[in-house]
Amino acid sequence: MTDLTGGNVEQASIHTSEGARQRLAKRYRGESVFKWLGRSAIGVSVAFLLLLLSTVVFQGIPAFTFNFVSLPFELTEEKLGLDNSETSLRRANFDAVVRDGIRDQFPTVTGRSEKRALSGILSSGASVYLRQQVLDNPALVGSDDTRLEVPISDFADLYLKGQITSDYRIQGQGALRVDRTDNGLRLIADEPVFADALARAKEALRDQAASLRAQQSGLQLSLNKTRGDIKALQERIPAETNANVKNRLEAELERYQSDITVLEARIKQIEEQTKKIDSRVANPGLGEDLTGEMMSVLVYIDDAVLKAQKVTNTTANVEEFMPIDADVTNVAADQWYIRVLEVPESNRKFTDQEIVWTDELVERGYVRSGLNTIFFTRGASREPEMAGVLGAAVGSALTLIVTLLLSFPLGVAAAIYLEEFAPKNRWTTLIEVNINNLAAVPSIVFGLLGLAVFLNYFELDRSAPYVGGMVLALMTLPTIIIASRAALRAVPPSIREAALGIGASRLQTVVHHVLPLAMPGILTGTIIGMAQALGETAPLLMIGMVAFVVDIPMGFSDPATVLPVQIFMWADFPEPAFQQRTSAAIMVLLGFLITMNALAVVLRKRFERRW
Amino acid sequence: MSVEANLAATAAKAPAANASKVKMSGNGVNVFYGEKQALFDVDLNIYENQVISLIGPSGCGKSTFLRCLNRMNDTIDVCKVTGKIVLDEDDIYDKNIDVVELRARVGMVFQKPNPFPKSIYENVAYGPRIHGMTRTKDELDDLVTSSLRRAGLWEEVKDRLDQPGTGLSGGQQQRLCIARAIATQPEVLLMDEPCSALDPIATAIIEELIDELRANFTIVIVTHSMQQAARVSQKTAFFHLGKLIEEGPTDQIFTNPINKKTQDYITGRIG
Amino acid sequence: MQGWFFVIILVLTACALFYIGRSRAVATVGGDPTVLHSKPGFHGAFVMICGMVPAVLLFFTWLLFSRYLTSAYVTAQLGADFANLATIEQNALIRNMRSFADRTDLSALSQLEAEAVEHYRAFVGRAALILQIVIGVLVVAGGWFAMRAIHQELRARQFVEKTVMSVLIAASGVAILTTLGIVLSLIFESVNFFQKVNFLDFLFGTHWSPQSAFEGVGEEATDRNSEVFGAIPVFAGTLLITAIAILVAAPIGLMSAIYLSDYASPKVRATAKPIMEILAGIPTVVYGFFAALTVAPFFRNTGEAIGISVSSESALAAGLVMGIMIIPFVSSLSDDVINSVPQSLRDGSAGLGATKSETIRRVILPAALPGIVSALMLAISRAIGETMIVVMAAGLSANMTVNPLEAVTTVTVQIVTLLVGDQEFDSAKTLAAFALGLVLFCVTLLLNVIALRVIKKYREQYD
Repeated sequence: MTDLTGGNVEQASIHTSEGARQRLAKRYRGESVFKWLGRSAIGVSVAFLLLLLSTVVFQGIPAFTFNFVSLPFELTEEKLGLDNSETSLRRANFDAVVRDGIRDQFPTVTGRSEKRALSGILSSGASVYLRQQVLDNPALVGSDDTRLEVPISDFADLYLKGQITSDYRIQGQGALRVDRTDNGLRLIADEPVFADALARAKEALRDQAASLRAQQSGLQLSLNKTRGDIKALQERIPAETNANVKNRLEAELERYQSDITVLEARIKQIEEQTKKIDSRVANPGLGEDLTGEMMSVLVYIDDAVLKAQKVTNTTANVEEFMPIDADVTNVAADQWYIRVLEVPESNRKFTDQEIVWTDELVERGYVRSGLNTIFFTRGASREPEMAGVLGAAVGSALTLIVTLLLSFPLGVAAAIYLEEFAPKNRWTTLIEVNINNLAAVPSIVFGLLGLAVFLNYFELDRSAPYVGGMVLALMTLPTIIIASRAALRAVPPSIREAALGIGASRLQTVVHHVLPLAMPGILTGTIIGMAQALGETAPLLMIGMVAFVVDIPMGFSDPATVLPVQIFMWADFPEPAFQQRTSAAIMVLLGFLITMNALAVVLRKRFERRW
Repeated sequence: MSVEANLAATAAKAPAANASKVKMSGNGVNVFYGEKQALFDVDLNIYENQVISLIGPSGCGKSTFLRCLNRMNDTIDVCKVTGKIVLDEDDIYDKNIDVVELRARVGMVFQKPNPFPKSIYENVAYGPRIHGMTRTKDELDDLVTSSLRRAGLWEEVKDRLDQPGTGLSGGQQQRLCIARAIATQPEVLLMDEPCSALDPIATAIIEELIDELRANFTIVIVTHSMQQAARVSQKTAFFHLGKLIEEGPTDQIFTNPINKKTQDYITGRIG
Repeated sequence: MQGWFFVIILVLTACALFYIGRSRAVATVGGDPTVLHSKPGFHGAFVMICGMVPAVLLFFTWLLFSRYLTSAYVTAQLGADFANLATIEQNALIRNMRSFADRTDLSALSQLEAEAVEHYRAFVGRAALILQIVIGVLVVAGGWFAMRAIHQELRARQFVEKTVMSVLIAASGVAILTTLGIVLSLIFESVNFFQKVNFLDFLFGTHWSPQSAFEGVGEEATDRNSEVFGAIPVFAGTLLITAIAILVAAPIGLMSAIYLSDYASPKVRATAKPIMEILAGIPTVVYGFFAALTVAPFFRNTGEAIGISVSSESALAAGLVMGIMIIPFVSSLSDDVINSVPQSLRDGSAGLGATKSETIRRVILPAALPGIVSALMLAISRAIGETMIVVMAAGLSANMTVNPLEAVTTVTVQIVTLLVGDQEFDSAKTLAAFALGLVLFCVTLLLNVIALRVIKKYREQYD
């Protein structure tokens, strides 16, 4: 007995010894690392979701508001070119009305290109928008100073939302003299009031030099690489036997050689430029031209706005953006200020002049910022400010209606047959396997099916919602069948036995008892399938629903596009205003999806039954 | 085999058992599953190198008590244990006690054989490997071999150690699980109805095995079979409706129970 | 408008037939419906089915084939004038013919087109008339025949139920038809393609630039054509992006599933699971937008900052975002698989003094391995077939590279680029998309079939 007890003590030491304790500590470290890995895996998903949603929301929110300009427009019949008949109002010359409406505000603008730039502050869709208002209210014709709203251009809108450039002001630090010469206006001061602007200009030059050097070294790299490629090609060409390939390679070689000449010239050019800039930077007292690559300096004197072209510490050559009264010669320190627009003019699509004009319109109280009604009431457009999601949303709705009408009855019927009636034989097994695999077929393959069968073989309409609906119906069918079968299976056999027991036929049993009980589950599955179909893009690209559709589709065979495809198309446009509208359209799409899924969740919660 | 005959056999071992020291003891153990109380104020001593059977009708709390002994109840979120359970000198529900170490010292064999879907060798080597008990491959081989020998399985599986443990018969699987448990070299071995899923022949083999293992381990066995309790254990504790009704030497419980309920149970009136 | 009118007529006729059948049944038994074998409603439905089903079937057949028939008729009427036109012009003519069919002012059309419109109108007018007559005859004949058949012992319920049953069977056949349609159309167009381009050149060629294959090249310069249809770079690009996606999704998805099933408190699970589901519910076009406009520029700028040249259409950006997209897919499948490992194995391991992570790594994961592997196969199949992310964020030119910082193209991108816009169904360029589609379909189908089988076997093991 004693040695057995001794044996036990020895065994106990295996798990409580110092070594075991140390091993245990190590094992626990492994444990916490593992747990931490799991937690960070969840964290990555959550962080990504937040990043994605916040990017979309931050970018999309501004697109929900828009700036409208309400100007007094001259809507006389003469101006519109009307000849008394109601019908011609549609073809009336609203372009001229809009053009003159904005020009009347700035009578001092004279040059052709300046005038065109001025009209550009308003959206090119302004005339369309104005025409619609007049058509809605023909009584407006005849008045000559009715104030009507038209959309501002996309860049003016971005500027007003503070997304074009940041700026800051410096109050005037001394008196100015206005010197009118033949070469234009010049502002002269006794103190170095423009020293700050000059310093910033030198700074910008230094940055320019730095970026030129970076560019040069980049070019040098690709030059070296091209030289290497040429060498490789020159060695390869003689060894090549296939004549076709040889021709191709020779053409390539030629291209590379011409590339080299271009590269070398460019590098030389950059070198010279850099040298010039360096010498200017080295001399801080020297006056500088303020080019488009630098920040813009605007001088405000009362109503006048002057843009500095060239500054020294005490002088500035300026261009008149808003004219200065001819009799002004001396300006006290508190009567003027400098405004600096930080983003260089060449880096933005909205010029200093346009900024000044827009500011002026705001100051006169013509600009109103409000809900972007255009976005919610119009179809696609090449102009971001005139583009809306309604067309795509209606297209989506039409497509989904067709999808629902086809896939719901078919899916439920198939599920009922497979779950309630089908004998277990090779044929039904085949159908089952087939449905499971169909659910995993890439959506684009359904697009190929639609293209080859519906469009090419049956010659149905391209871009039509009913074809899109058919393709999506085939795609969602497996989802609905699988969900419906699960719902039918959840109905306990006792219900069926009860119905069969009192002499109902199998079909009556299913229709009267099983199906109603399974319906909430079936509907939930259907909604989820519909949500999938709503977000689907690829198969619709195949059947031409990527068409540019301006009109809002009114029927199942009108050319249409759908929300996700609209997002896809807009994402391709480079304009920042389109980027915002893409995000806004994504928000609309996600809004629909959230609604549908919430509906599914409510349905599930409401009718969930535990047997 | 009659109950009396068995009792006579085990009675011979009883005096030696009485001399052992207390290996584990429960003092005022209460267990709650959420609102429901499953064990009421249980006091029980478990003596070293003895087999103690926990018997009682289903749902009486015997398995619950067993699972308290190596804190397997921790895996159930709603389960709460109060009172004190002591292993040697340590309160196993104390904050400083590590549950992994505890389970290494108090091993467990489950009702249904649950070999891992790995080879026979890997099943037995699992415990030693995770606890880092051996330094060399040879040492591990020796440990696996001796564990299988002690579980009486060696002769049947020595030629197919690399085949999956799930391919064995039920009785063999359960002995594999016992080999797996003793390879970790625990001090106490808990067995939760280890024979309930087995046929009579496999049961007999395992019962024999339990008696042999007593030499090296302290064994707590839950069983619903009174004959089994009588055959394998020196001490027996009877649970009813979550309460420990009576405990004592096996022969006394079966021949001369003090409590009326115990008598009713062993004579088949409740249960 | 005419369509709706037609539908209303159909519905009204159906109701009328139902009513007639029902009252006739009641009348035959002298107003006591209880002596009928089937309830009167079934007799009504019986008459309705006999009257309507043949007519409606005929109508749908006409709808399906009418476009084909009209173009065939018009082309036959125009004869050589039409046959001499190029394919593009032929298509334009048919299109114009259809869009002008309802208009009175044909001045915008050419002589031939106007002629086509005349033929078209004549044919459609005549066909519509014939169709209406035939449908009318079918309805009347069917209804009359059914009416005659009504008597007390008629098993109308059985007839109706049999009809409904055939509808149910037909509905479940749609899935088979869909698969058949996919397989046949892909194979048909691919065979056309392989008549122009050698099968082996396509599968093993290393140069892909179908945009340089001009119209007509298919017939004329076969060797050059073969040379621009070598799909290996496209496959390589697909594999590269898929590999990146799986490298992202597999560890993150698997660890998420493990954490959620074995570590997380019910509260964390209740929050994290819906978040995963949201991630799965976001349309792929949104991921594509995000990849193209946020992730890719981020990588390019980061690369620029540290002096590495990163393409703005890098495989890394597309692969990463695609990986994120399939995380919920991997995690929910793995979750199922991990949860189906019986609790007894966890208990067994814990009873030996294993920590949770040891139990997971040494018992659960090996036990769940087949299931996890097939989950990953499904994820790979999903990644290969994913379209929008790569269309928006991956490149168009087929580079053979394993450098994830360069731009590569994928099978789905090529299908979209080749097919969006106007297609000519006889150009090798268009047909190449179908050949790629066939490869895509076969590969994903294979992966799915194997994965679903393994999962099924795996589940059976623990049931």
